[in-house]
Parts: sequence; C-alpha cells; structure tokens
Amino acid sequence: MIAGLFRFKGGIKPDTHKNASAGAPIQAAPMPARLVVPLLQSPRATARCIVEPGQKVLKGERIGLPDGPLSTAVHAPTSGTVVDVAPHAMAHPSGLETPCVVIEPDGEDRWVERRPLDLDSTGPTEALDWLRDHGIVGLGGATFPSHIKARAGAGIETLILNGAECEPWITCDDRLMRERADGIVAGALILKRLTGAREIVFGVEDNKPQAIEALRAAIHGLAGDITVIPVPSLYPAGGEKQLIRVLTGIEIPHGKLGGDFGVQCFNVGTAYAVHRAIAHGEALVSRVMTVTGNVEKPGNFEVLIGTPVEDLLALGKPKADTDRVLMGGPMMGFELPRLDVPATKATNCLIAASPALFPPPPPEMNCIRCGACARACPAELQPFELYWFSRAKNFGKAQEYHLFDCIECGCCSYVCPSQIRLVDYFRFAKGEIWAREREKSAADAARERFEFRNERQAREKREKAEKLAAKAAATKAKLAAQAAEAPAATEAATEAASADDAKRALIAAALERARAQKAEVLPKNTDNLTPEQAAQVAEADARRAAKAEQNAATDAPESH
Amino acid sequence: MLTSPFVRQPTSVQQVMFTVLVALLPAIGLYVWQFGPGIVVNIALATLAAVAAEAAILKLRKKPVGLYVSDLSAVVTAWLIALTFPTILPAWILILATVLSIVAVKHLYGGLGQNPFNPAMAAYCLMIVAYPSAMSQWPAAGWMDLGTHLQLIGGGSIDAMTGATPLDALRTGLHTGSPVGDILARDSFGLAGGRGWEWIGLGYLAGGLFLIQRRVITWHLPTAFLAALAVIAGLFWMANPAHYASPLFHLASGGSLLAAFFIVTDPVSGATTPRGKLLFAAGVALITYLIRNFGAYPDGIAFAVLLMNLCVPLIDMKTQPRVFGHKGE
Repeated sequence: MIAGLFRFKGGIKPDTHKNASAGAPIQAAPMPARLVVPLLQSPRATARCIVEPGQKVLKGERIGLPDGPLSTAVHAPTSGTVVDVAPHAMAHPSGLETPCVVIEPDGEDRWVERRPLDLDSTGPTEALDWLRDHGIVGLGGATFPSHIKARAGAGIETLILNGAECEPWITCDDRLMRERADGIVAGALILKRLTGAREIVFGVEDNKPQAIEALRAAIHGLAGDITVIPVPSLYPAGGEKQLIRVLTGIEIPHGKLGGDFGVQCFNVGTAYAVHRAIAHGEALVSRVMTVTGNVEKPGNFEVLIGTPVEDLLALGKPKADTDRVLMGGPMMGFELPRLDVPATKATNCLIAASPALFPPPPPEMNCIRCGACARACPAELQPFELYWFSRAKNFGKAQEYHLFDCIECGCCSYVCPSQIRLVDYFRFAKGEIWAREREKSAADAARERFEFRNERQAREKREKAEKLAAKAAATKAKLAAQAAEAPAATEAATEAASADDAKRALIAAALERARAQKAEVLPKNTDNLTPEQAAQVAEADARRAAKAEQNAATDAPESH
Repeated sequence: MLTSPFVRQPTSVQQVMFTVLVALLPAIGLYVWQFGPGIVVNIALATLAAVAAEAAILKLRKKPVGLYVSDLSAVVTAWLIALTFPTILPAWILILATVLSIVAVKHLYGGLGQNPFNPAMAAYCLMIVAYPSAMSQWPAAGWMDLGTHLQLIGGGSIDAMTGATPLDALRTGLHTGSPVGDILARDSFGLAGGRGWEWIGLGYLAGGLFLIQRRVITWHLPTAFLAALAVIAGLFWMANPAHYASPLFHLASGGSLLAAFFIVTDPVSGATTPRGKLLFAAGVALITYLIRNFGAYPDGIAFAVLLMNLCVPLIDMKTQPRVFGHKGE
C-alpha cells in the first residue's frame, strides 16, 4: 500500500500545451494507401521476415518472427498484399534505412483468426510467449519487449502502471486512460498475475483529473491491492526511475532495472495492448498517437503501425509556417529529417513545429556555474561539471562524475541561462566514450591475436629445438655405449664390489637405528590391556620382530 | 538539425545579472539617504569604465561584443566595486580598479565564467595594497552634497571630511587600550555597527532575501557566512568581551551583509555544491574574522574571499553530492 509520496530532486515545469489535444477523443486514422512496417522494432532486435512480395496477408497475421531473446513478432497491420520487402527510411534522426515490409491494404481490414488465451489453463511461459508472438512491447517510447519485463520469479512486489505522461504536448495516454480505462485495468491485472506482484499502483500526473477519475471508476469494486495515485506534475515524473522513486521511495541506480528492486513498471498503453492480446487475441498492430503543435486541428488517433508520418500530420492540418516536425515530445523527442517515414510502436506524438512555437535557440554563452542545471537535474548530477569535462574531452573524469547516469531528459538545457545545449555535450561525450571502448576492445582483440601468434611461433620453435636436441643426445649415447662395451667390462666389476661393501655396512647401521626407535615408541593403545590382549599383542610383536629380522636378512643381500 | 530539448525556459545571463542589480537598489537608496548622492556618481563612473573596458577587451579577443557586454556581468562587477570602495577616494583609483578587474581578473582568464577570482574583491585587494592610505579614507557619517563629493573625488583635500569606518575606529581604539564598550559608545557608532552603515546593511539583507526568493542564489552561502562569522565572533566575545566586539557588531559592520549576499555568492569563483558552499562561506567568515582581529587590515573580507577562491576546485571535488541511485555508496 502506498502510504505517502516521495520526491525526486530537480525537475522542471514547462508549459504543457496539453489542452491543445487533450479534449480530442481518439479517432481511427484513415487507412493509408500503403503501410510500411519496419522489421526493426527496437535498436536491440529485428524480426525475421516470413512473407514474400505478392503474398496476401490478413490483419494481425505474423509477417516477422522474433529473432533473438529481445525480439518480438511483427504483424500485418491490416489485410492486403505484400508488395515489397525492402529497406526503407525509418523514423530516426539519422534518416537511415531499415528492412521493411510494404503492404497495400485491400480495404477490408479483415482480421486473422483471433482466439483469447485462457490464463487459468496455461503456464506462465506460454503466456509470455503469447505476448512475444503478439508483438507486445513497451509503448512508453522505449519499446522494450514486455515478455521480458513481465517474467515472474524476480520477486516483484509492486507493479507500477505509468500514466504520468509528463512530456509537454502529448495526450495519447491521457485519452487512452479516459476512454479505455477498463481495458487498461484488465491488462494491469494480467501483468500482476504474470509478474507475481502483490499490488498495483497507477501513477498519473495530477494535471489529468479525468484520467484519474476514469481509472478510479474502473478499479472500483475490484479485489486486491490496487490504487490510482495522482503524482505532482513535474517533468520528468514519467521517467521510469523517477516515477518509481515518487511512488515507492526506491532509487534505482544506472544499469539496474526496477525488477532488481521488486518493482516493475509498465506504460498504461502497454497494459491495454496486453489486455487486447490475451483477452482478444489481437496482435499489437496499432497505437494511439497525438498529432499537435502548429496545426489547425490537434487530435489523438488510433494509428496502424507503418502509416506514413506525412499522412498522420495531414490529419491535423498543419499551418503554413510549419517548418519542422518533431516525433515524441519537445523535451526528449527528435526532429524528423524526412516525412515519408512510417510511424512505429514507439511513436506517441507528432508535433508540427514553427519558429514561433519552437524558436531557434539563442547563442550559447559561457557557463557561469550558477548551478541552475544541478538544481534541475533529476539524476542529481552536476551538469555544469560534466559540461566542462565533455568540452575538454576529459572523458575519464566525466565518467567519474556519473555521465552515464544522465537520462538526457533535457532539464539542464531547459534551465540554463547561458543557453548551453548541455544534453548535446553529454550525447557527444557518451558517443565518444562508446567509440573509444569499441576501438579499445578491437585493439585488445588484435593485440591478443598478435601475442598468441608470437607465443605459438615461439613454442613451435622451442618444441622443434627440443625434439632435435633429444634426438641428438640419443644418438650420442648409443654411440658411446657401443664404444665402451668391450674393453671396460672387467675393470668395472672390481670397482663395483668394493663400493658394495661400504654400502652394505651403512644399510645395516640404519636398520639397527630404526629397530631401536621402534622399541622406544610404544603405541598408546597398548596401555591398560587385559592379559589376553597383552598376550595377543606380544604374539603379534614377536611375529613382527621375526618378520623384520627376516626382512633385514633378505634386504641386505638383495643389493647384489 | 537541432536536438532535444526543443524548448527552454525564458532565462538568460542578462536576466540573472539584472536581478542582481535590482537587488542592490535598496542598499544604494539607503546609501544615498545616509551619505548623500556621491555613491551614485561613483557607480556611474565605475559602470562606464567597466563597460568600456569590457567592450574593448572583447574586441581585442575577437569575441561577440554586443552579446557579452549586454550580459550585464561587467555592470554588476562595477556596482560592487563602487559599493565596496570608499566613496571619497580619487575617481581615477576607482576607474583603474574597475578596468583592472574587468581586463586582468576577468578577461585575461577567459572572460565570463572563467575567472577563478572574484573580480570586485581582487580589485579591492590590488588597490588596498597599492594605495593603502586612499583606500582607508572614508567619509564621516552624515550627508555630503554633490559638490563636495565631486571636489573630493576630483582630488581635493579630504582631511576635513574623513572619518574612520567602524572597524577602523574599533581597531584604533583597542590599540590605545580602551575597552570595546567605551569605543562603541562614541559618536560614530550606531545601534549595532557604524552609524549610517547599519542601514545600508539592512538594504543588502533585503536585496539578498529577494535574490533567494528569485532563486538567483541559494540560502547556503549567506547563511553559512553569517552563521560562521557570528559563531567565531561569539566565542571570542564570550571569552573576553572587553577586548572583542560582539557578534552583532561583526555582522552589522564592514561589508559583512554585502559580502554574505553579493560577494561570496558569486557563482563563477565560488563553490557550487551544497556542502561546498557551506564550507566555502564558513571559510571566508573565519579568515575575515582572523584578519579583522589579528591582521593588518581593518576588514579582511576581500582577502578572505580570494584565499577561499583558491580552495574552490578542491572543495568542489571533495563535496560532490551523491547522484540518484548511488546514495548507499
């Protein structure tokens, strides 16, 4: 049970701009002419394509199989024909290409046969496989496979449902909670069952009162420990580690996951997708997205994965002075280099940007060490120190000051009076450190190879030399033996006889000493014996003495 | 192409410096009320000198002149120099000090944000070493009209007009063997510190609280400075009240309140971590007290600040706060 809320340090309160789209109910986005479904669903995993051009597919039919432990299945978002399997630009700041399946919808939007999973008659492994095969990943933006996180056995106590949605402009989770709270709660109960958690806590920023109301209505009358907690609206309250801190007081260090501390956190959208997958057998082929910013009609849309961004943007009717498009929120999102890229499971928001809404940053000035960044940093870092180190390429020191604990939330850049784009410096430093580590491990591998080769060559040389030496010695000994055999035979015999006399005397003396010692040291267990035992021992001693005498007698002549 | 975040708080170095200037206004107003309009003349002179020096050196260094001159940091330095220097010293010394602080102390180290020493305090130390007698000529308590002031800073005879600062008077009095109580009962002393100066101190206090409220400074530095000064002064005072002035006198005298809210709070040359700030300010207070009582100068804040500036890298390094998730380490 959550008794009281905790605080995380730092954080900022940017203008939320959520009113622009928060009032717009979720609408289905129109079917695009083409869907481009990336097989790469996260930086960690690409699905293996199992369809060919020309093949007919149904909505929810698998087109990519999970390949590797962090991979999930990929599905056709609608019924239609596969027209191409080819690389296509992805929604990424780089504009790089990735293998995609291009589907031409037939307009019928016909589902593949769906069947629910009865959790009572299946084991936990099947349920997790089910999630993987239905393409369930985290919809908060990181697209981490849910079947990994939902694993029980890690001793999960608390299941946190993240409905904080702290980034400005974005309202997709808000709408989902308002409109589909029952589904979210059903999904949360499934996740509770899978993780073995004892309690469920919904964390929702207090600027979404309707969402909180809807969730409270949905949990009303449910048995078990399940609560909806409004958390203060303070960016980045929706960061997983920040939300866990606020709700439980636990601080999860860099490199550790909530699971290590008995807490597991899922986005509310993910919970809804889990519910659809288990209770309805529906694969994850669509998600809710906000289209907002410099548009006439901001809104929230149920979007098929693979819908081109330009189609989605058109739904909001961008104004004439739109000069850029951001994917994700303005704090952690990125600018799209091109608009013909497909929306993915990670896409929660599209923001049309104009110079008026997002003015170009003023020129950077020198850092005055005012410490505003340190006060705003939710990771409790000293960003201005990291900035000096990153600028000076003093990466060792930057790591010592916990550069990698930086979550790139952007709070430091947001508050900096000198307009320093601190996060850019940290990204640069991280990239350089990764590149150097790769180089170093490559160099280490090369050095090891080289050293191994040298050692092998040295060993081979040594072995060859030893072999040759042994062979030479053997030949020499053979020759010497042949030469010595005939003339030296009689001389050797007399010498051996005199040596034998001396040796024999020494051996006799040694035996005498040993016998005397043995007589002195009597074994302790011979004290306090009965007469019969004493007799037996005496008999044995006599036998032993006789044997020893016999041995001594036989030993000496044996040296002949 | 830009990267996130795409939004930023409407804030700037200019805004921060402007807030500091605003926070100095109450004290300046009280200064005028107690001592006449001379201080305004000095502030204007120092400001002109600072801005001119800043623009010239920026041009020499091929830096964007407009951007950095308009950040107002040179103006803050100028105002602090004008407020810490004796009002009636020759104007050329004031101007020289200001130019040196901008050119030598700030820009030779790299300009805004790069100076290891507090520019105003470095200028003060330079001048008190170079022109010790001019730097210890303070106006006597009471109103001085503009004509007299201009005459004095133009190099006129000043003997008739000068008085000792409270700390000076105390020091001289103690040398002649008078007990503290007798000295403080004299005419030049007020309720807590020097007559007239007490009021200006209250002005700094008000401005400082405003800065804390506007989150330009944090409570750590002023609190640690004033508390440490009070504790040290209190210990000596309790040991021998005839020879050592009370904590209240030390807090109200010299530049204590000015230093607490406007000098030790310079972010560039001071410590930055919360614990580091406490150490830094307490160190300044300790050295200040030692110089005031056992050193060669009546007020030691400037030297104390410079000495502690030297320790800042070490203090910051040794007081790094624990980061999120690493509290147990």
